Amino acid sequence: MFKRDNTRKIFGDAMTAYAAVNPKVVVLTADVASSVMATSFAQKYPERFFNVGIAEAGMIDTAVGFALGGLVPFANTFAGLLSRATEQIRTCVAYANTNVKIVGSFAGLSNFKDGPTHHSIMDVAIMRAMPNMTVLVPSDSVEARKIIPLVSEYEGPVYIRISRSEMPVIFDESHKIELGKGQVVREGNDVTLIANGHMLSRALEAADKLAAQGVKARVVNLPTVKPLDKDLIVKCAEETKAIVTCEEHTVIGGLGSAVAEVLVRECPVPVDMIGIADVFTETALDHDTLMDAYGMSVDEIVRSAQKVMLKQD
Amino acid sequence: MTGKVAHSPQLVKELEDLARQLRIDLIEMIYRRKSGHPGGSLSAADILAALFFHQLRIDPMNPDWESRDRFILSKGHACSTLYAALARRGFFPMETLQAWGQIGCCLQGHPDRLKTPGVDMTSGCLGHGINIAAGLLLAAQVRGLDYRTYVVIGDGEVQAGVLWEGAMLAGKYKLNKLITVMDYNKVQLDGKVEDIMPIEPVRQKWEAFNWSVLEINGHNMKEILEALDRAVEAKDKPTVIIAHTVKGKGVSYMEGKSDWHGKVPNDDEFKVAMEELKAHV
Repeated sequence: MFKRDNTRKIFGDAMTAYAAVNPKVVVLTADVASSVMATSFAQKYPERFFNVGIAEAGMIDTAVGFALGGLVPFANTFAGLLSRATEQIRTCVAYANTNVKIVGSFAGLSNFKDGPTHHSIMDVAIMRAMPNMTVLVPSDSVEARKIIPLVSEYEGPVYIRISRSEMPVIFDESHKIELGKGQVVREGNDVTLIANGHMLSRALEAADKLAAQGVKARVVNLPTVKPLDKDLIVKCAEETKAIVTCEEHTVIGGLGSAVAEVLVRECPVPVDMIGIADVFTETALDHDTLMDAYGMSVDEIVRSAQKVMLKQD
Repeated sequence: MTGKVAHSPQLVKELEDLARQLRIDLIEMIYRRKSGHPGGSLSAADILAALFFHQLRIDPMNPDWESRDRFILSKGHACSTLYAALARRGFFPMETLQAWGQIGCCLQGHPDRLKTPGVDMTSGCLGHGINIAAGLLLAAQVRGLDYRTYVVIGDGEVQAGVLWEGAMLAGKYKLNKLITVMDYNKVQLDGKVEDIMPIEPVRQKWEAFNWSVLEINGHNMKEILEALDRAVEAKDKPTVIIAHTVKGKGVSYMEGKSDWHGKVPNDDEFKVAMEELKAHV
């Protein structure tokens, strides 16, 4: 079992800390500053903090204005509410290629208690479909914290998915994250489990269970869904001959689709996708139980691994 | 009106002539390309002439000048007027206008900030301009820059809810350097604005969002210039200039007709349009 910590608070505090070294950073929010832990930034840098009220679409356009004005805006709201700004993101962020950083907080099913209106199960698919967009799903608080300077110094649109829940801590301070790159976090040659976000810890737990059955599963962390680390994916397919993708998202259009798009062209091997089937979810009393109920349990990953291994050449 | 010296008759005449020239240019462009939006481009011609040839602090030799005034054509479908103005102002050669819309040309079907020199922001989907302008001006405050941001919106555009998110924001932050001109030509794609989705009382809407409102005849150059002068002097509010215009202004058979929102004149119609527009030059 992993220790857990408060990813969104660590992310929010890290934004505040980074703002001290980068005066170009400004933060926007749509009436959810306290929820997304932007209050420390607001208190320390009131002149660089802008609350637009319940106006997500307007917030994205305003962030575009900040970017055109030479600053680095981080626009924060709930990931599930960002879809109302899809046209703004498509036209004014992605197409106009403006330097806007969009933070979708309370991502996936992490706002379990507020129900499907507040779950975000298709944000990665929507963002990934947009040219020019970089899509990041950090897998723990260390990554969430470490991507802030990276995305700030990268020129271009970025979408960052942040969980509401306390996430298992996978990495220590020595962890290096690079945009567009994944890492093997556990060696193995029988099957590869590719995961990000909350699903990375579950993939690691599944690898433990598979090991008990004599199966050596490789586990790959892929926090950048776009641009995808194609070389690493193809290498894993060549070496392990079977892939299971694990994401807290619909299986349509997200990490699994991205990986499959590469493999079908470069190295077709059996693939299975762990994620939410093409359904809306429901309200629950806690995040983990909800993920289990919608097909993302550790046992489900184990079963998928067994399934794809049966189809291996 | 402002205590300033009135604009010289010569300046007014020059700008009127430029507006007529822009109308000729844009009808030629739309006719040549067999595509475009003549109605709303003609209605905005006087406004854009005043902005690009008098009001805006811009430098065609240095389109990315940090302290330049920003301009957003939020009603992006009127880009033929914008392209003609940019070319005549020297941002790119006049010949470029002839290639408008061809693959590889820097002039897109709607404005594209990445392709066209002098275009500060991509547009085409309505309702974005005011929010973006607000962000530009808040960024200027953070950075200590003193540029103004001018936005030209349509009247049908006012129907888009997101526009009012920006209006509310600009009111909250008292963005007095935000100057919006509403090209109120009373006609949109499907018909009259008052039939499709009435926007009146529109003056009161802006006032309710804490904007200062000026109302002018958007085809009277003197009134346009005076309104811009007053807007520049605004202290603690953004300004909207409600410019009453005529859709298709300058081409008799297009005036006031929604059919000419996105229609292209045929050979005979083109000839008539040119005769009418050139008769005034």
